Amino acid sequence: MTAAVYEVQGLTKRFGPVTALDNVSIVLGKSEVVGLIGQNGSGKSSLMKTMAGVQMPDDGQLVLRGRPLRLRSTSDAARMGIGLVHQEQSLIPNLTVAENIFLDKPCDYFRHGVYRWKPLMQAAKMQLAKIELDIRPDTLVEKLTFAQRQMVELAKVLSLEETVEDDLVVMFDEPTSMLSTPEIDDLFMQIRRIRHRASVVFISHRMEEVLELSDRVYVLSDGKQMAERRKAQIDCDELYELMVGRQRSTEPRRRFSRQGIASRPTLELAGLQVGASVGPVDLEVGQGEIVGLIGVQGSGSEALCRALFGLEDIRDGEVRVAGEKFAKPSPESAIARGIGYLPAERKKEGMVAGASIVDNMTLTFGFEYAVAGLVANRAREHREASRWAKRLKVKAASLEEKIERLSGGNQQKAVLGKWLLGSRLRLLVLDHPTRGLDPGARGDLFQTMRELAAEGLSILFVADTLDEVIQLSDKIVVMRDGKVSAVFGDVDNHPPAEEDIVKAMV
Amino acid sequence: MNLKRPQLREWGPVLVLVALVIFFSLVGDGFTSLANLQSIIETSAIPSIAVIGLTFIILQGSIDLSIEGIASLTCLLIGLFVANSVTQHDSMVGAVALALGSGLAFGVLNGWIYTRLRIPSLIVTLGTWFVAGGIATFLFPSRQPVIADHELLALALDKHLGLSGIVYIAVAALIAGYVLQTRTTLGRVSTGIGGDEAICRLAGLNVDRIKLVAFGLSGLLAAVCGLLLAAQLGVGNPRGGVGLLFPTISAAVIGGTLLSGGRGGILQSLTGVLILSVLRNGLLQSGLDPLLIQFVEGATIIVAVVAGSWQLRARLRFAK
Repeated sequence: MTAAVYEVQGLTKRFGPVTALDNVSIVLGKSEVVGLIGQNGSGKSSLMKTMAGVQMPDDGQLVLRGRPLRLRSTSDAARMGIGLVHQEQSLIPNLTVAENIFLDKPCDYFRHGVYRWKPLMQAAKMQLAKIELDIRPDTLVEKLTFAQRQMVELAKVLSLEETVEDDLVVMFDEPTSMLSTPEIDDLFMQIRRIRHRASVVFISHRMEEVLELSDRVYVLSDGKQMAERRKAQIDCDELYELMVGRQRSTEPRRRFSRQGIASRPTLELAGLQVGASVGPVDLEVGQGEIVGLIGVQGSGSEALCRALFGLEDIRDGEVRVAGEKFAKPSPESAIARGIGYLPAERKKEGMVAGASIVDNMTLTFGFEYAVAGLVANRAREHREASRWAKRLKVKAASLEEKIERLSGGNQQKAVLGKWLLGSRLRLLVLDHPTRGLDPGARGDLFQTMRELAAEGLSILFVADTLDEVIQLSDKIVVMRDGKVSAVFGDVDNHPPAEEDIVKAMV
Repeated sequence: MNLKRPQLREWGPVLVLVALVIFFSLVGDGFTSLANLQSIIETSAIPSIAVIGLTFIILQGSIDLSIEGIASLTCLLIGLFVANSVTQHDSMVGAVALALGSGLAFGVLNGWIYTRLRIPSLIVTLGTWFVAGGIATFLFPSRQPVIADHELLALALDKHLGLSGIVYIAVAALIAGYVLQTRTTLGRVSTGIGGDEAICRLAGLNVDRIKLVAFGLSGLLAAVCGLLLAAQLGVGNPRGGVGLLFPTISAAVIGGTLLSGGRGGILQSLTGVLILSVLRNGLLQSGLDPLLIQFVEGATIIVAVVAGSWQLRARLRFAK
């Protein structure tokens, strides 16, 4: 390791009774890429936020180029050449790309509150050209795709190159979790490009990515620093154990006993046409069956799931639930038929961020426990919610805590719990359920899905990866350009080759 | 630039305005006469000044209800401190300074209570609306002060190219407002605050100061309205501003400025003001019972809001 550029010494950060960071120290060398791995809730994001001035530490200190540093805001950090590419995107949606790149920096384009649009646009154009991002600087951020927004975040941080003389410190908080493979390659190219002028910290849930990119790796668990490894000494299984505290499991699953099974499949789709571009699709999900949908982005698997919950237009075709025709789905009528939907955009569609965990969990089915169907029975709601929270391993100080304070994985568990509280739940539709989850939380989720299926619940889910779809599904349905391009049944006994699935995807 | 090239949907209010003008030109006899068009512009002038300040506040996702109270107070203050039939005062400069100063003070007070004490702007300005109106009522002498200052009265009476000084002041204010909105941090960050306030704060922007400035501006412009109302009415009336709030807020909404913030602007709000003026004028010209005007205007606002948010209506859809 070369001379230390940025050091974190004995950092501690508490949120109420929860200690997010417990005496963590890390060192960042010149032009070094340091990987940070750990489960959700292990303190990675907290550490980065503290290092980037988003939040102040309770104890410990930051040292930049040998000098102690106090950061009150991200603009303080920007002045020192420290930038964070956020996991939760930090762009103002209804302003232009150019404004978003420069608004948080002291610069000439807004001196005394007066805009100088022309030089601003020119400067932004230059920043976008630097990362080869082909969008107009006067585009509103909300018009961009997720991947484009992520690149704008990067441009925003990299524009520090021009305003700060010293080398930069650039941190990436899970930049890849929502990106496709070519988009990830692009990003990695940029990270490799900037390292001659910057020290980089990189967080990802995908360990392979961290190992590919980093010179050194720190492992965090429960807010503590567990290990530091140089690239040459890394042993994946050891890191996994340090991170999760247990070994990777691939045990066989218990099956739903097919005796006494309902004669009709839980879900039948016949010639279903969703919007202009998806369909016709025929699909069946039997009782206790897990069906995995997979396809490249835009293949229509998400749209299909959303349509079942009334979130997309059904143009033609038929939906049957347990043999009964289900015309005109809406969230209300879907719930009445025992369908639950876990949205891909958890923060926007899955939860009420400002409400407590228990209120989120009882949001949909709380009335089932009401006295005479009218007066909420808080004690019972609480009991039921905490029963499921325990079973799903939701890690929280108390169920009264606000759900937004939880890590992504625990939020997802609580949102899933919301549906499981319903006594008549027949079918769970999960849209990218593992998105943004760390390996530990993903393992918990998989286990729960298997158990639920074994108890007779039918599950239709959109998978993020091949690995996931093969591990979890009884039946794999591959989609391409809005149509089903292949079906692989009886996955347990005849697991399809990954190549065959990929062939059907592209 | 994208900012200056609104999409087709954003042209909706302009199309409505054009359609109304064509419609009333065809059905009403006197609608297209020069005198009538002048009168439409005259009635639009004062609301369009008030709507400038309000637009910044609505862009931020807040609201200012106090403009009617502030305008009433300043209308009376002008009447009491220029040459008038009741008091001995006779100072145009002093009266204007006092009126604009108190408007600004009320605006800043609104902003201060809202940002520092963290009370919703709806409640804060609802309160100051009545406080300002209450002060006006309290200060009102037994007789109505009739204004004798000819310079002030000339603002409303003397016409240049057929339009009064009030119109010229409004046009100047609108241009200044447009420049503020599109070319300064005040305008752009106000838009950003309506888009996502938390991210603006995270970016190190001084959100509270921007809010304070917007409320100050709105108070100041409400005071200008009060001043111009005094010139128009020729008296210091403690209820002079009554009726200003409704057309102002509804104009902003009809023009396409979302009450939840982040969308819209001065030009949209101006379109809204003109739509309301044309509608009212056209309906009266074509012989509608004046007692029904209020009903029609109320219904128009609801229709306009429904039409404006039609796209957002159907589904829980979020951009990915």
